[in-house]
Amino acid sequence: MRIMKQFSEKIREINARYAKPKVEMSPVIKFSLTGLRIYLFVLVALLLYKFVTLIPAGK
Amino acid sequence: MDFFSTLYYRTKKILKSLKMYLAIAGPGLVVMIADNDAGGITTYAATGAKYGYHLIWFLLILIPVAYYVQEMTVRLGAVTKRGHAEAIFESFGAFWGWFSLLDLMVVDWLTLVTEFVGMTSALNIFGVPPWLTVAGVIGLMGIIVLNGRYWTWEKIALGFCLLNLVYVPAAFMVNPSVKEIIGNGLIPNLPGGLNNDLFFLLMANIGTTIAPWMLFFQQSSVVDKGLHEKDIKMGKADTLFGAVITVAVAIFIVVVTGTLLHGVPIDDAATAARMLMRMNHFTGALLAIGLFDAGLLGAICISLASSWAFGEIFGWAHSLNTNVKQAPWFYASYFLTLITAGIVPLIPGAPLVLITLFVQVVAVTLLPAALVFLILLLNDKKTMGEYANTPIQNWITGGIVVAIIILSTMYGVSAIFPNLFK
Repeated sequence: MRIMKQFSEKIREINARYAKPKVEMSPVIKFSLTGLRIYLFVLVALLLYKFVTLIPAGK
Repeated sequence: MDFFSTLYYRTKKILKSLKMYLAIAGPGLVVMIADNDAGGITTYAATGAKYGYHLIWFLLILIPVAYYVQEMTVRLGAVTKRGHAEAIFESFGAFWGWFSLLDLMVVDWLTLVTEFVGMTSALNIFGVPPWLTVAGVIGLMGIIVLNGRYWTWEKIALGFCLLNLVYVPAAFMVNPSVKEIIGNGLIPNLPGGLNNDLFFLLMANIGTTIAPWMLFFQQSSVVDKGLHEKDIKMGKADTLFGAVITVAVAIFIVVVTGTLLHGVPIDDAATAARMLMRMNHFTGALLAIGLFDAGLLGAICISLASSWAFGEIFGWAHSLNTNVKQAPWFYASYFLTLITAGIVPLIPGAPLVLITLFVQVVAVTLLPAALVFLILLLNDKKTMGEYANTPIQNWITGGIVVAIIILSTMYGVSAIFPNLFK
């Protein structure tokens, strides 16, 4: 229990430490990160679709 | 007299450069040769068996591709003195940091399972039971890292890299036709046209040459070794040398299976080794030894990549130059990853095929992200200064990254939907 508490505190500390990105958010970086989000969203959606279609097929 | 003095000073200069190179060599060589892991050996064996020497030209193209991607981690590590995970957290914030770290953790663990599968099946050929292989490997890897020095670890890893060269004598033992290798292999061609099978194999070759863990590993390795800006030139030479060796080894494997097993369907390297042993006992034995070594080398590097990344983010001591007392969490995460991955192949009926598929899909999700972050980090002139990417480097690496993103996405999607590109 104490370890879990320490662990969650550590996570919060890391989140606080890296809350603000250090790199200057130029249009190129903003475009790249947005593109990456879309790419990952589409890929995760495809994976979910695959698993949803696999479950009824009983594969 | 002038001639001899010039010769003397030139020789002295070359020897000095060689001495400097030997001091700095390591991260690039180890990461590149470890790239020929158990999965890689299977891919190259299957490439030779299916298409003979016809795809050797494609492997040669992978030399500059691997070099340009990996040399960026040398510059980034030497300039920032931070590992790749920490660099992503600091530059792009906690969201992208956690994404990269968790993705790395999953893909590393799954890849580690495939390394153990390769090692157990390789030694099984010589009658070693899988449990003994797993126990022996974990024990050996424990001894390697617990000596408390990066330098010693690196030299042992380089020793295993040398063993990776067993494919060179193996290729000479099968008496390949040099004329056919040059005629069929060096002229770019797509045997049978670009169909689904060929595309899948080409992508598998790219996937084994550039993997997400390699970026994390080499950058952390450069930091742990303590390389500085002045060492970048030699670090890049080390990476180029490693890229040439890794592709050369891949070509020798293709030559072995392309000569003896051309037209025989190959599912894994262990099966290829068994088949080869029936035709030429020593060649098959060398393939099996090489497969074990490849799995071991892959395991040595992949398990470290995760532990280094965790240490960087959680603020734990995370260097091979520390002992267990100084860095308990670093070694705990190392052994936890190793033991849990080693147990999987021992579970009867474990979904090993599904795990291999998952490795491909999850690696695909991390690779484009890791490559995009890498290029963005190398363009941060405030941090990188004179070592930031030049416009020419950006054109080259940008082109490579865009091509890899498109192709690896198609590969990932085709792994999920096998009939999509038929």
